[in-house]
Amino acid sequence: MRTLEQTTQEVLDLASKHFHVPAGSLAPEDDFFKKLGIDSLQTLEMLSRLENHFGIELPDYEVQGVSDFRTLASRIQSRL
Amino acid sequence: MKLFTGKALRWEWRDSVVELMLDREPANEIGLAMLEELEKFVAAVETFAPETSACIIYSERRLGFSAGADLRELYHGAAQLAEKERLCGVRAFLERIHAVFNAIDAVPFTTIAAVHGVCFGGGFELALTCDIIVADKLARFAFPELRLGLIPGFGGIPRLKRDLGNAFIRDLLLTGRSVNAARAQSVGLVAQLAAEGEALHIARATAAQIIKFDGVTRAAAKKFIKPIPHEEFRREIDLFCELFARPTVMAALKKFVESSDAMPYLP
Repeated sequence: MRTLEQTTQEVLDLASKHFHVPAGSLAPEDDFFKKLGIDSLQTLEMLSRLENHFGIELPDYEVQGVSDFRTLASRIQSRL
Repeated sequence: MKLFTGKALRWEWRDSVVELMLDREPANEIGLAMLEELEKFVAAVETFAPETSACIIYSERRLGFSAGADLRELYHGAAQLAEKERLCGVRAFLERIHAVFNAIDAVPFTTIAAVHGVCFGGGFELALTCDIIVADKLARFAFPELRLGLIPGFGGIPRLKRDLGNAFIRDLLLTGRSVNAARAQSVGLVAQLAAEGEALHIARATAAQIIKFDGVTRAAAKKFIKPIPHEEFRREIDLFCELFARPTVMAALKKFVESSDAMPYLP
């Protein structure tokens, strides 16, 4: 079973890879809209990638109001 | 007319397969331009239907298949009208949408929606007119209409009821959430999953299989297993118009149109 730290790191790695941001440049407390330069439709793309990667369903209303990687990871963790 | 290029879409017929490509910035929102060209498509279909085995509907836009109704056009158009004219205009638009969607639903050849990215609201309803949905793994499906105080008005709920169990439909409708392609496949909405960017390729392979079979038999089988729920569509239009008359709807549309929210597409 993953720890929250492991989940958070996987979220950062996935975001870095798919939105072409240098690996290691993202931190858990970063605002993913600002750091990745994405809008809400691209956020849904990220949601799909995260769901596929972790093998979960994460209702998008749980992501409403979330903007940092750490909180996003905690939402994912609660479904693992 | 086997070849057409318009402002919102284009189509090309080749070797008994017609491909309808949605291509209106930013995300194939369905407003008057898209509707008018879909009406042209439906009229053209009547001329080449006898020699057609399959149709693939897909999007050229990176963001996805379609984000749904053009809410900006709807709001700005409705805001200029007095209430009675507004409701007449909305009903007239819905009647035209239903006519063209019903025509696509009933074409005598097999229709395949190749879906990627967002497939929301009216865009989802367009995909539901098709016989088969192929979706890439990043596709997402949603009925976000309740956020605006509305229900889906392009025939989506009766079509979903035709195909799926009520519990899943209630989840989608009442939470307004989007579901990914894997979930959509697990409930039977999506027939085949494709790798990222490969939905059109898979749809073409599916069409290549479909064209092997006798057209008359295919048309008869499709008509037999795919009834058009006309009475439910009538009730849906009435309910949509009844809800649209409420002040909260124009307020919600205004909020969406004027929003600088980072996540307007999330529930």
